[in-house]
Amino acid sequence: MNLITRAFHAQWRALRLVFGAIIIATLLPSLPTSAVIEQYSFENAQQEQLYQSMIKELRCLVCQNQNLADSNADLAKDLRNKTYEMVTTGNSRKEIADFMVARYGDFVLYRPPVNSSTALLWFGPFVFLALALLIAWRIIRRRRQGTALQDIQDIKLDAQHAARAALQGESPAENHQNPSNKD
Amino acid sequence: MLGFLGMGLKLDPKEVPSPFIGKPTPAFVLPSLHNTEQTIDNEQLLGKVWLLNVWASWCVACRQEHPLITGLRQREALTLVGLNYKDERNDALQWLKQFDDPYHHIAFDLNGDVGIDYGVYGVPESFLIDKQGRIRFKQIGPFTADIINQQLLPLVAQLQAEP
Repeated sequence: MNLITRAFHAQWRALRLVFGAIIIATLLPSLPTSAVIEQYSFENAQQEQLYQSMIKELRCLVCQNQNLADSNADLAKDLRNKTYEMVTTGNSRKEIADFMVARYGDFVLYRPPVNSSTALLWFGPFVFLALALLIAWRIIRRRRQGTALQDIQDIKLDAQHAARAALQGESPAENHQNPSNKD
Repeated sequence: MLGFLGMGLKLDPKEVPSPFIGKPTPAFVLPSLHNTEQTIDNEQLLGKVWLLNVWASWCVACRQEHPLITGLRQREALTLVGLNYKDERNDALQWLKQFDDPYHHIAFDLNGDVGIDYGVYGVPESFLIDKQGRIRFKQIGPFTADIINQQLLPLVAQLQAEP
């Protein structure tokens, strides 16, 4: 074996090692591991179930796209502790949720309640769907009547009006100022 | 639709609106950071306009904010109460020695329970509390000179004039 092939073999072995490590590293997270390290003991199955479902429904405030169950943040750990404490001292689901909302606001719940500040969140999509259906219906109706070019103009105007009205919650004509009537 | 999505860009998802504004301060009794024999509680601050500034020696942004808190002390505009959050006593005292101690009182919240009662989810955070003991303003993250001059100080002046 000459020097070059020996060097090649050594390199190949090193490469294999690196690839092996990468493959193992990518497989590791898919093994069943849990972020929750604490060991909690519960008096009964209902308490444990309540605890488990609560930490899945409460948001970690620090890492906002994780729930308390998934997060390793310090605050999430504290809030899991608090949840555990409240569950084992006999608090109900509602009492725990109220405790968290009083401190962190509705945001802490992954299923926000329906109220004035979340109305847009809950009903916004339906409003947009209704707008889309209305526009589609108008297109179809006009198509049947002919005058294709005029249609496109009208649809553009309709969409603009609808968008403005949706954003401002009022008729665009009222506060629209024409350059010609400006004094 | 585009305008609607554009609106979303301007909002900061990190800023969780506080449910505390206008509400009474959560009650607390904590040992003083400087003197373990002494306690600090919210009742003793009734009748004063005070700022609860949540900080820790492990918090980098607190270091950035600290000169502004010291500036507030120099103006003597309000009572400054530190909430030393999940910290080691010795680290905290060392930190104050190094960066100055502008606080009138510092409460020592070792396990962060009071932090939870105030809905603290990051450090620094600050609460401005009126003479009746109601929270009137919350700052999430470090203060900036602009926020202090344009928002905090005018509000402090207003609260000082209130009964």
